[in-house]
Amino acid sequence: MDIAWYLVVSALIFCIGAGGVLTRRNPLTILLCLELMLNGANLALVSFARMWGGESGQIFALIVLVVAACEVTVGLGLIVAIYRRRLPVDVDELSELHG
Amino acid sequence: MTQFLFFVAAIGALAGAIGVVMLRNPFYSVLSLAFHLVSLAALFLLLHAEFVAAGQVVVYAGAVMVLYVFVVAYVGGGEQLPSGGVLRVLGPLFAVALAIELCIAMLGSALRGIKTKGAPIVPGFGQPGHIGTQLLTKYLFPFEAASILLLVAAVGAVVLARRRRGLEQAEEPELRIRLREPDYAGTMAEAAGVRPTAYDELFHPEAEGSAGEVEDSKPEPTHTGGW
Repeated sequence: MDIAWYLVVSALIFCIGAGGVLTRRNPLTILLCLELMLNGANLALVSFARMWGGESGQIFALIVLVVAACEVTVGLGLIVAIYRRRLPVDVDELSELHG
Repeated sequence: MTQFLFFVAAIGALAGAIGVVMLRNPFYSVLSLAFHLVSLAALFLLLHAEFVAAGQVVVYAGAVMVLYVFVVAYVGGGEQLPSGGVLRVLGPLFAVALAIELCIAMLGSALRGIKTKGAPIVPGFGQPGHIGTQLLTKYLFPFEAASILLLVAAVGAVVLARRRRGLEQAEEPELRIRLREPDYAGTMAEAAGVRPTAYDELFHPEAEGSAGEVEDSKPEPTHTGGW
């Protein structure tokens, strides 16, 4: 398969994730959609690594994996803290930093 | 064969992604994301990125998904929140526009390799040996930065999600004051200290009313619906 096919798939995954981040209101689902966006970027990185013939893109993808794991850990910690304080688990209601 | 595998994996990845966004129950969204990740790992294998594919399955579909499932079970994300008003229309429009724009940008770029099947593969491309050698020589600094980031994230998550003593103590005096209200209603018996104010009676106000009566009624079921 041409590399272009993989790039199209990665763009579609990224955009599905972006649409999900914009439309959903549950912070858990928003985190899942963020994962989708990171995965789309990862697929593009690995495709470019294959196109180029070097492993730099794959190492970049691994670092993105690590960053995504950190982001998930902190995000889920925030959600658990929100739930413990009996605040609504809804990003539209959580507007105390609204300014 | 490669084309068949590519289409199966790509359709699986896209279906999983759409499932994450569309499904209302967060638990099903998590399962859909796990399916998406496995399909994506198949795509990585087709791109000769064996180590990244293995890391994807082990780290994501294994560890991170278990974390998600635990949090969904703890928070109980079954509330079916409807989407917001304006963004509900604008969000998908933005996503479609972004998809078209990205496809034009990537396919229209003058990269010569984009229409090929990729560079010729050197033996060992994408295997753990090569990746590890590069990580520990050329990319040592990003490797160490990633490890520090992991440490910071682990400490931060523990600090964020720990059970705060302060919160429990803030609730306790409020509970006590509300239940002690009938005790200090200002009667003379109270002033003389006749009325018993034992600690456990403070927290069982229904036992207070029947203190001087004969215990013939059944004990009430414990009040669990808050106060």
